[in-house]
Amino acid sequence: MSAPAERAIRVNGAPCRVWEKGEGAPLGVLAPFGGWPRWTPFLEALSTRRRVIVPSPPGFPGGLGHDRLDDLPDWIAATLDLLEGADLAGADLVGLSVGGTLAAEAAAFSPGIAKRLVLVAPFGLYDAAEPTADPWAQRLEHLPALLCADPARLAAELLPTSGEDAVERQVLVQRAFEAAARLLWPNVELGLHKRLHRVRQPVLLVWGSGDRVVPPSYAKRFAAGIAGPTELREIAGAGHRVDLDAPEALAEMILAFLGPSIADRGRRS
Amino acid sequence: MKLLWFHLMPYTELPEDFATRYGSVWVDIDPRLFDPKRGHQLYNEFMDELEHAADVGFDGICVNEHHSNGYGLMPSPNLIASALCRRTRDAAIVVMGNSLALYNPPTRVAEEFAMLDCISGGRLVAGFPVGTPMDTCYAYGQNPSTLRARYHEAHDLIVQAWKAEAPFAFHGRFNKQRYVNVWPRPIQKPHPPIWIPGGGSVETWQWCAREDYVYAYLSYFGYQAGRAVMQGFWDEMDRLGKDRNPYRAGFLQFVGVAETREEAMRLYREPAEYFYGRCLSVDARFAAPPGYTTEATIRSKVTSQLAQAARKADESKRAFSAPTFEEIVEKGYVVVGSPDEVAEQLRTVATELNVGQLMLLLQFGNMRRDATLYNTELFAKRVLPQLRDLFDDRWENRWWPKPLPREERVVPTRGAAR
Repeated sequence: MSAPAERAIRVNGAPCRVWEKGEGAPLGVLAPFGGWPRWTPFLEALSTRRRVIVPSPPGFPGGLGHDRLDDLPDWIAATLDLLEGADLAGADLVGLSVGGTLAAEAAAFSPGIAKRLVLVAPFGLYDAAEPTADPWAQRLEHLPALLCADPARLAAELLPTSGEDAVERQVLVQRAFEAAARLLWPNVELGLHKRLHRVRQPVLLVWGSGDRVVPPSYAKRFAAGIAGPTELREIAGAGHRVDLDAPEALAEMILAFLGPSIADRGRRS
Repeated sequence: MKLLWFHLMPYTELPEDFATRYGSVWVDIDPRLFDPKRGHQLYNEFMDELEHAADVGFDGICVNEHHSNGYGLMPSPNLIASALCRRTRDAAIVVMGNSLALYNPPTRVAEEFAMLDCISGGRLVAGFPVGTPMDTCYAYGQNPSTLRARYHEAHDLIVQAWKAEAPFAFHGRFNKQRYVNVWPRPIQKPHPPIWIPGGGSVETWQWCAREDYVYAYLSYFGYQAGRAVMQGFWDEMDRLGKDRNPYRAGFLQFVGVAETREEAMRLYREPAEYFYGRCLSVDARFAAPPGYTTEATIRSKVTSQLAQAARKADESKRAFSAPTFEEIVEKGYVVVGSPDEVAEQLRTVATELNVGQLMLLLQFGNMRRDATLYNTELFAKRVLPQLRDLFDDRWENRWWPKPLPREERVVPTRGAAR
């Protein structure tokens, strides 16, 4: 797994990392709860068939400036700046978990921002009859089992890599949780149900069947609100962080939905 | 030095197996455990105790704010303080305090504190805590990532409102108010003394130094555990070129005094074990919302006492081992002994920690009224006189209320004010 190309763009004056790897039509990816401290097998799998571009939202690993964003309009503007700055306006867009909220909100406010959307276990709706879990009221040692079917996968993400300062890793992890909290505290929704009808592009909704944070039944709630055509898929056994529990299966499902990229077609002809 | 009598107002009827059976004393404590009839008795007894402390000569009486909390029954300390203003004559009324970011608009705090200052004739100390994560972020749903910025903005609004000589418009990041105009006005000018109850964060120390406020470390773990934090505070004052005036600092200490150490050990065992075994059973999942602790503080590796408490409670839950009274005493959580022994220990606490505003918890856990009154009276008669003069030869307490002259203060006409 070779490293992606890395650059930084500025959002509200704060640097946000943009990773890029692969060839073909651009595919934007917005990170899940906790973010990506490093390039992952899921992104690698996507990059085998598409030019994957991963801009880090403010406060997520690789990004700063979440503390300049006070409300939903601030976050929407930052997300649009981020996508445009990463040359992703009008491209296909994948958003996972918190990144899924940002992708859905951005699409509702600016329908042209994404050609097609893939939302993987997005936050953004709240049904009191079947509430989402509170990801911020967890002991750190319990978090991996809440977010992943295979807790070891997330636990590894939270630990510093060799040579990395343990305190700096703690700061990075806490900042990522804080950025999500800043946007979605306390009930992980911001009234998206009132705007979902403005999402008009084709949408793939993917859930891990074992999601303990946002129950899989929320896929239907999202589908019911979205105006564009929707497809619902479930990945058996995966938890909320589907990208960690089933990286290849998730990438395969997304690539199948988006269809062969121009590069693939070029190779086949 | 100043000796202040502090009440947390704990609920006294938590079951013996509370920690193992019910879990957290805070945020999601089982509401069925609260008996309102008992609540009626407790509030009235507790207010009696505070008033009694003022009667027997404590310099100030203190109340504070907690929400959804089994050891702190004052969601609104201002309600209690208001009653205390009427029933006391000279004691400082120390509200430690109002968690500023919880009030919308924060002007409410400026108004209520101005009311208390007027009712009491200028005896109010205005405490401005950020508030614990449990109170602010979980029980009250405030965003931990914006809490501190909101707190500081609320502070600016309140102080400006107290000082302003004309109505003004406030255009903050979080608060927008076209007409700020606090009626009534506080008696103390430019405003009541401001004390900041805080944990061990460097930013709070720096802020207290800059604004010239009292920093109060309200630890439940006594002087031994508090030494490192107070040392950090004074080192920071040195670094910033501030003097070592002990009245810059407040500290909270549990105390149990009796005629002999043996009697004290017998008398205060149960309430202490109740407090440390049941009242501090806080679920660690409510102790550290992301963003509540600043990145600078994470980097400074100072762990907040709340996180420590939660972790301790957490550990004790796993292999349940609430501390015994012997451990509680040995670690200095509670200072216990005869009047002379307690005076000697507190002199050491005050001198070593360099604390001029010493807040004392003489009621804790499920301590009953008779024991509380005994503890309070004995302390007032035999301990307090031994400590009162400490520091006064050298330092001025610039952070103490400046009330109206006694003869200008109104005595309530119905019922005797003490």
